[in-house]
Amino acid sequence: MLETVFFNLFAGLAIVSGIGVVLSRNTMHSVMFLIFCFFNASGLFFLLDAEFLGIILILIYVGAVMVLFMFVIMMLEVNVAKLKEGVVQYLPVGGVIAVLLLIEFVAAASSGVFTQGTKASTAHLGQQVNNTAEIGQILYTKYLLGFEIAAIILLVALVGAIVLTIRERKDAKYQNITAQVKVRREDRVRKVRM
Amino acid sequence: MSGIDMAIQGGIWALEVLAIAVPIALSVAYITYLERRVIGWIQVRKGCNRVGPVGLLQPLADGLKLFLKETIIPTKANKLLFVGAPILALTPTLIAFAVVPFGETTFFGVWDEPHVMAISHLNVGLLYILAISSLSVYGFLMAGWASNSKYAIMGSIRTTAQMLSYEIAMGFGLVTVMMLSGSLDLAEIVKAQAGGLLHWYMIPLFPILIVYFISGCAEAGRTPFDLTETEELVAGYHVEYSGMWFATFSLAEYGAMILISLLTSVLFLGGWYAPIPALDIIPGTFWLLGKAAFLVFVFIWLRATFPRYRYDQMMRLGWKIFLPWTLGWIFVVGMFIYTPGLDGIINFWLAWR
Repeated sequence: MLETVFFNLFAGLAIVSGIGVVLSRNTMHSVMFLIFCFFNASGLFFLLDAEFLGIILILIYVGAVMVLFMFVIMMLEVNVAKLKEGVVQYLPVGGVIAVLLLIEFVAAASSGVFTQGTKASTAHLGQQVNNTAEIGQILYTKYLLGFEIAAIILLVALVGAIVLTIRERKDAKYQNITAQVKVRREDRVRKVRM
Repeated sequence: MSGIDMAIQGGIWALEVLAIAVPIALSVAYITYLERRVIGWIQVRKGCNRVGPVGLLQPLADGLKLFLKETIIPTKANKLLFVGAPILALTPTLIAFAVVPFGETTFFGVWDEPHVMAISHLNVGLLYILAISSLSVYGFLMAGWASNSKYAIMGSIRTTAQMLSYEIAMGFGLVTVMMLSGSLDLAEIVKAQAGGLLHWYMIPLFPILIVYFISGCAEAGRTPFDLTETEELVAGYHVEYSGMWFATFSLAEYGAMILISLLTSVLFLGGWYAPIPALDIIPGTFWLLGKAAFLVFVFIWLRATFPRYRYDQMMRLGWKIFLPWTLGWIFVVGMFIYTPGLDGIINFWLAWR
């Protein structure tokens, strides 16, 4: 009962904020709606006993990815008039995609996948089943190779991003902090007999 | 579950939330008082002593002043986000308190088994804290952007960069705590440190304790790292704020300070356990709050002692010293756990073996 209430709350708010992302004029508001949408999605994960995924969704997407997103969007100059220029030209393609998606959604919703038994109201595992431990167990045994490959790809991407953005400026002066710290009195002060 | 049950459950939740939020608001008020008195004492002057006996009513007077001040919203500001930003900054700090275990209680003997005193006894509590504390960035970012002022936006970008950098060192530091305790549940982490001072994680993880506390200092924007409110940038992300909305930001800052103190006590200083097991007759909550109060004092002490970092020095500390240091300590702890011969040393603190 309480769970159904929360499910409907999270799902409804996720949809509303998803609509908000698309419809709001201000890009910053869109980002905030998207963040709110992630929150509700993680709420749904919590209802499904997947608390690890729920937390990770907030930690990675809201805590890290969206902050960088926001930095980018803050620097953008959004010109609404320019965005509206080609609306008529793109309308047929967009309309076809929208109709196709609508048909797919209706078909999926009526196919029987989303019946009562598969909603968040299914029976829960016991308190002693630790989601995090289970995920760790399976990641580091069955899917070890894939996990390691993914980790290496991410590391390479990280190093690549740093290498791409690094630039040494000839005209800038850099400090050597170690040298600064190592300086002793004798290096700077000279006793002069007058 | 019937409607009445749900109403009762809701009422209990509301009471639990109030029981945490009201003391936090009060202690924030009196930490400002403590801060001014302690810094006054360190700098050999009086501190605030005019309002009420020994100045004890000063925080209330300050609160009243801030409350009565006019809130000015700049004409070109984005009103919605301008007003929302302080709330976005404060909320994550407050909801992070939901998982902090304040002790164990049998509720004066009503329950047979001791229950953990936390609003939510999550078994991913540590991750929850990490996730939630990374959210207060949005408040600062939004404050800078919505003010529509170049000083504010520069300040907010600085603040965000600072918080993101130190979060990484903080998160990696916590990995070592997980490795020793084998749990993400804050109550389990405390229980793994039972048995007196020598069992506390401050002994095997001393460098991480230092890194965590200093990173916490940077996260909360306390003085050696208070580049968020330096004069060179006029003030930082909150230049355009006044009155109660400005106070909300400092409420968030002090709330974060209390949270970091509580978490440092929970993770490294044995939580609600006494340093000597015989002293456990004193309720655990007193121990936890005492440790946290001491750490709050250390925060203030640091503020009175150290000059402010320069921005590049701060970034260097976060990325080039703390990050390799914590990564190295993860390696060291891992090596101790799995090397035959060395594991005998670490077994003393290892809860899961």
